Order: sequence, then structure tokens, then C-alpha cells
Amino acid sequence: MSEELHPVRLTVNGVTHRVEVPARRLLSDALRHDVGLTGTHVGCEHGVCGACTVLVDGDPVRSCLMLAVSAADHEITTVEGLAAPDGTLSPVQQAFAECHGLQCGFCTPGFLTTITAGLRENPCPSHEQAREMIAGNLCRCTGYQNIVKAVERAAQIGASDKAAS
Amino acid sequence: MTTKLMGQRVQRVEDQRFLRGQGRYVDDVAVENGTLHAAVLRSPHAHARIIDIDVSALLDMDGVHAVFTYDDLADFTPEMAEPLPLLIPHPALTHGRTQYALAKDEVNYVGEAIAFVVADDRYVAEDAVGQIVVDYEVLTPVVGIPTARAARNLVHDDIPGNVAAHFEQNVGDAQAAIAGAPHRLSLDLSIERSACMPMEGRGVVARWDRDLNRLQLWASTQTATGVRAAVAVKMGLDLGQVDVITPDVGGGFGVKINHPWPEDLLVPMAAKLLGRMVKFTEDRREHFISSAHERGQDQHIEVGFDDEGRILGLDVEFWHDHGAYTPYGLIVPIITSTQLLGPYKPQNYRVVFESLYTNTVIVTPYRGAGRPQGVFAMERTMDAIAQYLGKDRTQVRAVNFIRPDEFPFDHGLIFQDGRPLIYDSGDYPQSLEKIKALIGWDDFPALQAEMAAQGRRFGIGLACYVEGTGVGPYEGGHVHIETTGKVKVATGLTTQGQGHATVFAQLVADELGVKFEDVEVVTGDTRRMPYAVGTYASRAAVMSGSAIHLAAKRAKEKALKIAADALEADPDDLQIVDGVVSVKGSPGTSIDLGTVAVLSNPLRYAFDEKSKLATQFSVGHPDRPPVPRGEEPGLEGKDFYSPDRATFASGMHAAIVETSEDTAEITIHKYAVVHDCGHLINPMIVEGQIHGGVAQGIGGALYERMAYDDAGQLLNASFMDFLIPYVSEIPDGIAVDHLETPSPLNPLGIKGAGEAGVIPGSAVLAAAIEDAEKLPVTAMPISPSDLFTLRLEHTQ
Ligand code: FES
Ligand code: FES
Repeated sequence: MSEELHPVRLTVNGVTHRVEVPARRLLSDALRHDVGLTGTHVGCEHGVCGACTVLVDGDPVRSCLMLAVSAADHEITTVEGLAAPDGTLSPVQQAFAECHGLQCGFCTPGFLTTITAGLRENPCPSHEQAREMIAGNLCRCTGYQNIVKAVERAAQIGASDKAAS
Repeated sequence: MTTKLMGQRVQRVEDQRFLRGQGRYVDDVAVENGTLHAAVLRSPHAHARIIDIDVSALLDMDGVHAVFTYDDLADFTPEMAEPLPLLIPHPALTHGRTQYALAKDEVNYVGEAIAFVVADDRYVAEDAVGQIVVDYEVLTPVVGIPTARAARNLVHDDIPGNVAAHFEQNVGDAQAAIAGAPHRLSLDLSIERSACMPMEGRGVVARWDRDLNRLQLWASTQTATGVRAAVAVKMGLDLGQVDVITPDVGGGFGVKINHPWPEDLLVPMAAKLLGRMVKFTEDRREHFISSAHERGQDQHIEVGFDDEGRILGLDVEFWHDHGAYTPYGLIVPIITSTQLLGPYKPQNYRVVFESLYTNTVIVTPYRGAGRPQGVFAMERTMDAIAQYLGKDRTQVRAVNFIRPDEFPFDHGLIFQDGRPLIYDSGDYPQSLEKIKALIGWDDFPALQAEMAAQGRRFGIGLACYVEGTGVGPYEGGHVHIETTGKVKVATGLTTQGQGHATVFAQLVADELGVKFEDVEVVTGDTRRMPYAVGTYASRAAVMSGSAIHLAAKRAKEKALKIAADALEADPDDLQIVDGVVSVKGSPGTSIDLGTVAVLSNPLRYAFDEKSKLATQFSVGHPDRPPVPRGEEPGLEGKDFYSPDRATFASGMHAAIVETSEDTAEITIHKYAVVHDCGHLINPMIVEGQIHGGVAQGIGGALYERMAYDDAGQLLNASFMDFLIPYVSEIPDGIAVDHLETPSPLNPLGIKGAGEAGVIPGSAVLAAAIEDAEKLPVTAMPISPSDLFTLRLEHTQ
């Protein structure tokens, strides 16, 4: 017996995709395998590592804990949607490059989305708050020092961008 | 003049892709392509005989394309039905054993592969796996080192005592020296199992090209060439029919050096049989129960020393838990047995180990590979001697150091690469000065007393290590200058986040005199460099770095020769700056490297404006062959680097911890690292490696353990339960200082740095906790409840 498929409209990074998925399909799998946006990574599939974090209506959500069918009619942002349309890196991406905030890059998309949402809520975090902002994401490579630096640097870049505009 | 890039904190080029979500990991390959997906039936028992496997329920399942068990393998090739290779044989490994791609008759750990299902997607494949019915006769499992040693039950019926190997090395007469020494101590020390746990698990994708009769394989591996050779043998193919491509790898830390994993063979087999692309992506639970672990060792040390704390004799006996099979040979215990000597020279040394079978996941090297255990043994011994003599811990270490004027220092032992254990260079007294300054060693007693007055327990610890890095046999480099002036570089080893695309480009830009931006590096693609070994043991910078440097030199020589002809100058008078060859002192006379590349390749046909310059009517001397004897067309350089023996990096870590009187919670207030990896190519990247290593070391010391129950079930096979550190577990700010004693063994004077951060973690933290608590710490990792129990035992 074939599995029943559900038509779902997923709006990802401003583009609407029509996919047909079984009810049990995870949002992370739908993004990666049905929509073809492989920037979102899966590290644990049980909500612990944060690698799969995407923004749903601006809030960070673990896409391995959400079903694709329940993401219909929401605005999803993945790592592919963080840079400006002309390719300019977002302040968080820029800060990661400057501070050597990544090594293998596998956890990075989840950190970038998490911090993007975090800085929107708290644009100038204290050092302690910068550490807390990433305290739900696992990275096996960097030892976190430079990721914390990147959070602080991103806040700086964000502030100077605002001052400039 | 271009500034030299070696030693600069150059930003990484690969980050641009990663930051935009354009990394290409194995699971990102062949998306939306009608690719089939695989899932594996794994043993639920640690030890059982397989009586029967019934796959009949799968035959009509929608979306299921194939199911394979052991009995199907021989139909494909006879080799497929044989045990997996024992990769690194050793004369002492008298009872080596490896598993089959799919279990034959018996399973020996929870997670061992039994059947392989290929379906439309992973969900359906997992459904199908759930429908397979296996009839088992459950046997008593052997779990843990004491049980293995007791040998009341055997993992493999025909292997007596569960002992795969018994190995001994001697320098002098340790036992006599200990017996005759003024003082003697003995210690029992143990370390539990942990695991690499890269964020990306294993993965493999295969495409069989029927038209070309070749296999294309993408693998998340630390050795593309190793996977290639293993797969070719098992599939009955010529090496030339197999291409292995290792795209971005989401961390390795050792576990991805083992090959082939069963799936590396089953995926291409299925791809060939089904004529479709097939993909296997390991999930996290599978990674816990079917990829490798490391670290589990029990160690007994006897030491004899004089009044100064100078070691006169050291006798070490240890038992290594290698799990159910030995695919990677004895590398881990051999490393422990040799590297535990660290920066010291006990004058008489005996080491003997047994490598034991247990019904648990196999063991292969995990970042540091046997060294954390060795350093734990040696440094705990140093601390014990200091305490016994009432001396400062740094003094006891200092009297035992190999002195700077004693290099090269021959220990009289054989190292893991089968070569003599000879240290190339180092300066341990200077390292000690640096670490003392960095952690505030001399000021600590005052701080400790001040804290004690407030009712707080502070402790300090330090540990030293020496690490054999850059082991052979060899690596190669290929440098190709395009007619655009862009430089394409290939090396065969893989990359797992170490920034190879950046550091190798730095080396090429320096040697060749081109812009860093014009250099592009490819790693781990057997089509570009079929001769290679792999990325492990902190060898990439030393091995491929040296090879690429030599290859760039060759390309440069050739470029200068051709340019000299064109400019009618002497090659010795030429220089290359920013991709332009010019006569030194007469900047008007110059030629672009791209044009030199055009000239290097005499053409019959003109393809574009550039190539017009190289046709037979435009270049060359009519009386000489267009390609001179002994030369090749094209502007390329290729070379290999193969060292006499390993380089030896070294370092020291120190930490200040606080232990809570109420909760036994352990807090690290300060962590400091001094390390010497010879010349640094990119200090930013080296520091990043150290940060990451320290986090893994802290994880290993305080959090990570493989909680097997007596039935051999891994009780914590998820990130919920196996605790790898978040930022909240890592001290805020790790102090790092570099020391550079260049290696005389390679042209760049470098040693490796990849594992430096992790090696002394358990030793340092055990020492600091011991200092805070004033009770002996002999087993790691140590959790608050372990510490609490220790306190109770100690007060009884
Ligand atoms: S993959 Fe979703 S949290 Fe780990
Ligand atoms: S950079 Fe590799 S896991 Fe974070």
C-alpha cells in the first residue's frame, strides 16, 4: 500500500515550493530532499544539536522536530536565505568568517540562524548573553570560543550598519 | 613585493561556501535525482547466533527495491562474502578478527549489520527493516575489561582468554631498576570509552556507470584512496574503474579513517545491481552503536625513583578494550605504550599490553589516539611522585625532561609507524616556563588559600605531552598553472574542517609568487590525485603541506625555465611576483605566468586568442623538438613527500578548577595551553584546532562515557544522554601560547597540531580535582556523582 501524500506549500526564503509529502516527513528532510536546500543540516534528529535550526516566522525552530505538513503557510528562512539578494553576507555570516567561527561547517547553518534570531531580539548582548545565545547548539570542532566572539562581532557589525543607514 | 603568507592569520576561503549553505556534504549529493536510500538491520543483541533470517514480509512492500543478507553476498563477488580487511596487521596481533559486511551466523555487538534494505526513501527503508524477522540464540556477552580478562565467556569461541594481542617492549631492565631504586610507587589508573562523534555521521553514495563500466563513490571519509582500494578489491574491479570523491566532511576526529565500513561496500553493490544511485546516511543512533569508539583502558604502573624524583625505572602494564573486532590493528595501544613517555626519559622502561575482545562496538583511533590514556598514566605518576616526595609538581617534571641539547632523542622503542621512536626537536624547559606563566602557577598557592578562607575548594593541575605527528608513508601534491594564470592544486588526503584549502593555498602562493586568491585547492578526489594516504594523526600539514610545497617548487622551476627562454634571460635572474615573471632589477622585462603556461604547451591548433600564441608557427625553435627531451607539455609540478619518520610536536596544559563542597560540581575557571608544532602556517587555524581539541578533552574528562550495561546494551546512545559539551561546559577563554622548534625532517619545519588540544585533558583535570579535593583521582571521566562517591569512600 502506498503512503498517502499531502500537497504542501512551503514558503522558503521568500519562494513558494509545492511539495507532496507523507504526513510523517520531517521539515528538515523536506527542505533538504524535496526542496533541495541542503544548507540545513541534520546532526541528531532528536532536537538536541541544533544543526537543523531554521527560522519559522522569524523564530528559531528545530526542523527535525517539525513535520513538513505543519510548516505550510509559514515563512521559513534557511541558511541560504541569510545573505542579501546581491550575495552580501549578513552581519552574522560576516562575523563568523572574521572570527574563525567554523571549521567543518556542519553545525554552522544552525548557529547562523539561531544567532540571527537571537540578535534580532537582543541586538547588543553582554558577553554572558552572547554565550547563552548559543548554549543550545552543539559544535564538535571549534570549542565555541570563536563562535562567542562571532556573536559579539556580529552585534558590532549590526550596530554600525544601523548607524550607517 | 608580496608579503609571505606562511605564519599569517589568513581568513579561510572555504568559509564562503559553508556560510551560505553551499557546503557539499555526502548527504547533499544526488538530491532530487531518483536516488534510492538504504537502511540497515542491526543486531539488538551483544552476542548471539543467528538461526534464521526471514525477509518474506518485504517482498511485496511498496517502494522496497532490494534486501540483502550474508547469503546474497557471494552471488555478487566471492570477496564480498569474506571478512572485511584487517587493515594494519602486526606480528603481535596473533588473533586478529574482522566482521563481515553482513553478519554471518553470529553477531558480536549491538549494532552489527545483519541485513541491508534499499527503498525509495529512508522512511520506507526503515519500515522494511522493521519487518525482517530474525531468530537468535542469545549468548552471554563479554562487557568491560575486567570481564574480558576473567574470560569466563569468550567473544570468539576460538580465541583463548579474549586476547587478540600480547605485546611487550623493553629498554634497559625496568624491574631491576625499580627494585634497586630509593623509592617505589604503584598506581592503578583507568579511562572509560568515549567516541569521536562528528556532527556529520558517516555517509556514502554510489553511482554505477553502465556505459563506462565504472563506479563513482562519494564517501564521508578521512581516506578517499583507502576506500577506493578496499571497494575495488571487494567488488572485483580494477582500481582504475573506481573513483572516490570526498566532498566536504562534517568532522572526522578519527572515526572516518576506518574503511571499508559495511555500507561502503553494500551501497555500491546495490547501485550496480539495481542500476540506480544509492545513498546511505547514518543516523545518530546508528553512529553510536555501529561506528567506532575509543579510549577504554585499564593501566597498572610501577615506578622507582630517586630523592629528586628522577625516574630510574618505569614498568607499565595495561589492558586495552578494542571491542568485538580488530580492523585497525594495534595502533591505539601501541601509541599509548610509546607516547606515554612524553617529554621524559625514564632510564629503564618496560611496557606490556593486552588487547582484549569484548562484545561492544569496535575501537579505532579517536583524536589523540591512545595518547590521552598514556598521558594520564605518565602525568598521574609524576604527580604521585611529587606528592610522595613533598615536591612541587613542576620540579619533578623538570628533572625528568629530555634536555634541548639531547635532540634527536632515541627512546630505543618502535613507534606506531614501525619506525624507531626518535624525537626530532623540542624545548620542554621553555614550555614549562611558559605554561607556568600562563596559568599563574607560582601565584596559585596564595589564591588557593584565599579561596579556602572563603570555604571554596580550588585546585590546579598541569600535564605534558609529546605527540608523534606527520607519520608516513607519504602524500603527494600536484600544482597546475592554467593559461589564465590561476593555479589549481590537488592533494589526495581529505579535509574535515582543518582549513586545507586555505593553508595549502598559502604555501603555494608563497612558493610560486602568485596571489593567494588565484590558488584553488582540491582534496580527497582520487581522480585528481590517486596516490594518497589520509587525514589523521595530525599529518596533513606536515605531509601534504610538504608535498605541495615541493610540487610548487617544481612548477616554479619549470615556469622560470620557459620564461627565461622567452625573455632571453638567465632563470636565476628571474623572480615571480603576483603571478608575473620578471627580470630582477629590470621590471620592464616581464611575462605573465598564464602566458608562460601557454608557451609550455606547444599546439597544433588554436582554440582561442591565447592559444594562438602557442601554435607551431608562433613558438619554438625550428631545429629543436617542440617538447624538449625529459620535459612534459603543460605548466605543472608534481611531487611527493615521504619522511624518514614522524615529527614530534609537544605541549603542556594547565587548569584551575573549583569543586563545590555541596554538589561536587566541577567548574573550570582557567585553562591554559602551550604547544609547539614547529613553524605555524596559519596561527588562527592552529588556535582553532586547539580550542576544539580542548573542548573534546574536557568532554572526555568530565562528561563523555559509553554507558554499557552488562548485557552489552549502550544505554546512552543519543546526544540527550551522551554528553558532548555545549558552550556552557567550556571555560570562557582558553589561554594559548605558541613555541616554535622547527622540525629538521621536512622542508617547512612544521609538525602537526590537530590533536594537541585533546591529549592531556583527562590528566590535567584529574590533577586539578585531586589538588582541590586532596584525594587521589585514578579514573576518568569523573562526574559530580563520581566525585561525591569518591569523597564518601575516602572518609570511610
Ligand atoms: S538535527 Fe535537529 S536538533 Fe539535531
Ligand atoms: S564546525 Fe564542525 S561541528 Fe561545528
